[in-house]
Amino acid sequence: MSGPKAEEVGRLLFRPGKRPCPFATHHFYHGDILSRESGAVLDEALVVLMRAPRSYTGEDTLEIHCHGSPAVLRAVLEEVLKAGARLAEPGEFTRRAFLNGRMDLSQAEAVADLVGARAAKAREVALAQLKGGLAKKVKEIRAALEEQLAMLEAAVDFPEENIETEPPSETAGKIDAVAGEIARLLAGYEEGRLYREGVRVVIAGRPNVGKSSLLNRLLGEERAIVTPIPGTTRDFIEEEIQVGGVAVRLADTAGIREAEDAIEEEGISRVWERVARADVVVFLLDGSAGISAGDLRILGGLKEKKVIVAVNKSDLPQRLGRADVERALSGSRPLRISAKFGSGIEELKKLILETVLGGEEMECREELLCNARHKDAFERAAEFLAQAGESLASGLSPEFVAQDIRDALQSLGEITGETTSEDILDRIFASFCVGK
Amino acid sequence: MIVVGAGHAGCEAALAAARMGCRTLLFSINLDTVAHMPCSPSIGGVGKGHLVKEVDALGGEMGKAADLTALQYRTLNTRKGPAVRSTRTQNDKARYRILMKGVVERQPLIDLKQTLVEEILAESGRVVGVRDHIGAEFFAETVVLTTGTFLHGLIHIGRKHIPSGRAGEFPADGLADSLRNLGFRMGRMKTGTPARVRRDTIDFSRFDELRGDEEPNPFSLFAEKREIAQIPCYIGRTGERTREIIRRNIHLSPLYNGTIQGVSARYCPSLEDKMMKFPDREHHQIILEPEGLDTEEIYVSGTGNSLPYEVQIDLVRSVPGLEEARVMRPAYAIEYDFVYPTQLKPTLETKSVDGLFFAGQINGTSGYEEAAAQGLWAGVNAALKVQKRRPFILDRSEAYMGVMVDDLVTRGTREPYRMFTSRAEYRLLLREDNAAFRLVEKGFELGLQDRDALEMVEEKERRIELETRRLEQKRVRSTPEANRILEKAGSVPIDESATLSRILKRPEVSYADVEAIEGVTSDLPADVKRQVEVRCKYDGYIRRQEAEVRKFKHLERLEIPGDFDYRGIPGLSNELKQKLDEIRPLSLGQASRIEGMTPAALSVLMVFLKRHRQGKAS
Repeated sequence: MSGPKAEEVGRLLFRPGKRPCPFATHHFYHGDILSRESGAVLDEALVVLMRAPRSYTGEDTLEIHCHGSPAVLRAVLEEVLKAGARLAEPGEFTRRAFLNGRMDLSQAEAVADLVGARAAKAREVALAQLKGGLAKKVKEIRAALEEQLAMLEAAVDFPEENIETEPPSETAGKIDAVAGEIARLLAGYEEGRLYREGVRVVIAGRPNVGKSSLLNRLLGEERAIVTPIPGTTRDFIEEEIQVGGVAVRLADTAGIREAEDAIEEEGISRVWERVARADVVVFLLDGSAGISAGDLRILGGLKEKKVIVAVNKSDLPQRLGRADVERALSGSRPLRISAKFGSGIEELKKLILETVLGGEEMECREELLCNARHKDAFERAAEFLAQAGESLASGLSPEFVAQDIRDALQSLGEITGETTSEDILDRIFASFCVGK
Repeated sequence: MIVVGAGHAGCEAALAAARMGCRTLLFSINLDTVAHMPCSPSIGGVGKGHLVKEVDALGGEMGKAADLTALQYRTLNTRKGPAVRSTRTQNDKARYRILMKGVVERQPLIDLKQTLVEEILAESGRVVGVRDHIGAEFFAETVVLTTGTFLHGLIHIGRKHIPSGRAGEFPADGLADSLRNLGFRMGRMKTGTPARVRRDTIDFSRFDELRGDEEPNPFSLFAEKREIAQIPCYIGRTGERTREIIRRNIHLSPLYNGTIQGVSARYCPSLEDKMMKFPDREHHQIILEPEGLDTEEIYVSGTGNSLPYEVQIDLVRSVPGLEEARVMRPAYAIEYDFVYPTQLKPTLETKSVDGLFFAGQINGTSGYEEAAAQGLWAGVNAALKVQKRRPFILDRSEAYMGVMVDDLVTRGTREPYRMFTSRAEYRLLLREDNAAFRLVEKGFELGLQDRDALEMVEEKERRIELETRRLEQKRVRSTPEANRILEKAGSVPIDESATLSRILKRPEVSYADVEAIEGVTSDLPADVKRQVEVRCKYDGYIRRQEAEVRKFKHLERLEIPGDFDYRGIPGLSNELKQKLDEIRPLSLGQASRIEGMTPAALSVLMVFLKRHRQGKAS
């Protein structure tokens, strides 16, 4: 329960055990939760009050720790509601925490990510962001820019104060350094996004090369814990597995061949849409059949994608030599697998991660960008900083460069909070001696 | 209407109201100090020059009076872009005062009277008039208070604490009490002024001359060409002993021994402040400015302090060149009451007393120009209220005045508020050079500008557009003559051919260069050429800011009803609810600028406003 009446509600329901209960902040008390109407004991519980502002929401917060059966929980909850509380809206605790200044926007978003995390890496990234890793980085970048801005503004607003300004090339150098930092963060986005959203894999190939068997094999023993993801195209079943702490979302597709009727044509065009959105495509060949014109046609459509070529049915007599494949596929090395017997499957899983993440060691850095909104804000900031560099180089007056930096700050501010001109003035006055 | 106080705010307020047709009573404690400049003998400066030009474009008086009494013109930031170039004049204080007094006296419908107003008369939340110190009562529909430093004014010189409005003038204590009794939340501020010394006791050889511009650029759109003497100022610096004197006597400074509680401005520090806060700086700037043509007094900028008189004399004489100086008036600090300006509506009318308006230092500002701009604003709105017309409000994208008033009523101020260009987020659009194009039409609609002024500006606007279009269409070939001109301007040759506007967009090329390339001298007026050049050259940045303004206006247009109940909104912190309830923003845009407002809180507010509106509709 969060809000100024949390304690009041608590006192109505809670009867302390042997020891008195003064509701000292951050202390657990043992006792009973009672029904006020009948006086019956609903559960034996622990309660703890966390007084504002030292709580998640920044408001008085009361927790009741009771036994976990749905019947007990329902009874206690009903009693709490009768005593004057109401149910929180989705995300309301976090929203209050944000509004009360307990966390910034990026941290609030991290809470949502943490709750929605489907794999270890996603959880690690969200947790780092919740701990303020990204916010800290943004703060550093903003501070560096604000310092430059204060310098420029001081030169504009106090032309007669002999303020020591640095040469434009020096300002440009510093802005460049910040732009480099932003570029570094942006470079990590792809990795962060894959952790957060999972890797999208499409298995493509002619009919009857073994796509469904491969999917089933990949899901294998994990089948029990995978859940279909709702909202995906009805024609496709997307299922998820965990590989090295990363969610991998697998989609089986209809076999691709020359369409014989309109319905099939429609189906195949959807396969291509699916392929377009995939992070990686596993292109499956039939090792017992050799490469056909149909295979090559499909491959032609995969030029823009990251592709893993897997040659299935390694358990049958092979008509497809490695050289054949390499010749046909201009050098890419095929992976031989048997969906039926499971050989090569672990290698394929590893290869999927290596292909999308560049094979680098996956180290969960604090400042990993994983949110499209953040990426967009950083990109706009980078554009404005590039403009600032140009303005400086072409000898434009400081107020134009200041405008570029302000716009960059504005973009960055969207990630965590806002910059006001008062902040800039504070900086000016903190670092210069000005006066009339 | 009644205007209390005849300084820079009061004069503009009374003139605007009278020119709009209101019978106006203007009160001053002393008729010899109408439009007095109690501190520096100059008008304008960075950001402030913008305000003067805006006041002028709307039909105010300050720019005209400054032009007619100017001793020197100086444009600041000449090596920077057009948006931050600002005009400043040195002025003859006595002549400024007499000139402005005459304008006020001769203005039909203004009645100027000497009296000390002691009480605001209000009945059931509505102002009805004022009572003065001898008990006379005056009645009006609206009252504008422009009290400067007079409310419980207290001068400090060392251990001496003298109740005064300014040096040698009565304070207005009764009026301050009356405002408290009406329930206004008030605070204390502190300002100060440096010493004045006699000209013939200064060794000018130890100072460098600061000359005015070759070509004076007047404030007023309507200024006629005039020969100006261009009297110089002089710049020097504090000496070796200065720092030591202050260090030794700092315990005698009321600023540092806890006597002064009022908040002072960081941008206008006293010498004690400069020395204590930046102890490593060996020298501080000293500027000598003449107080007028008919007097020997010299204003010694940079020597503001509140130390005892005898220490001050020592201090002044520690400045190289002032060893023999005779101090005519000591520096002093003054504390005074102000009203927290978040208690005002964007018209500068108080929220709690209908018909009562405040302008100038009473709102926590500092500066003649800031005062004049608010005076005009409050005077106009007080008149509009009497005439039952719509209020006059300029937003942050339209004028520096709009930035200032919005800052004051939305965010308040903790120190004496001064205008800076960095306060204006649409700075590149709010230039001195386009003040007339932004505001003369509005002045005309108010009845403060005549039709001639409007037509003059409209004609210029037409010619600017025609010339801009012509430059966009006219192509010139790459000829040796043209490329020679470009080379001389530090630019590169034309490839084959180019439009004139393409060439003018190059940062190093001026309109005059373009004329030379074309081989003609156009007969367009200088300010038209200037607009053409500025608008062409900075087109990219101007467009970017215009796009920002469109976004800004969207939020400004989402109005919040005056009776909106913030208490009923879950998800807003209590602190924020309280602030919203006090400030009562007129729009979501204004709400977004309240201190402590977060993007999330703003979205919550937006949702509830929508719900509120739908609720009303059904």
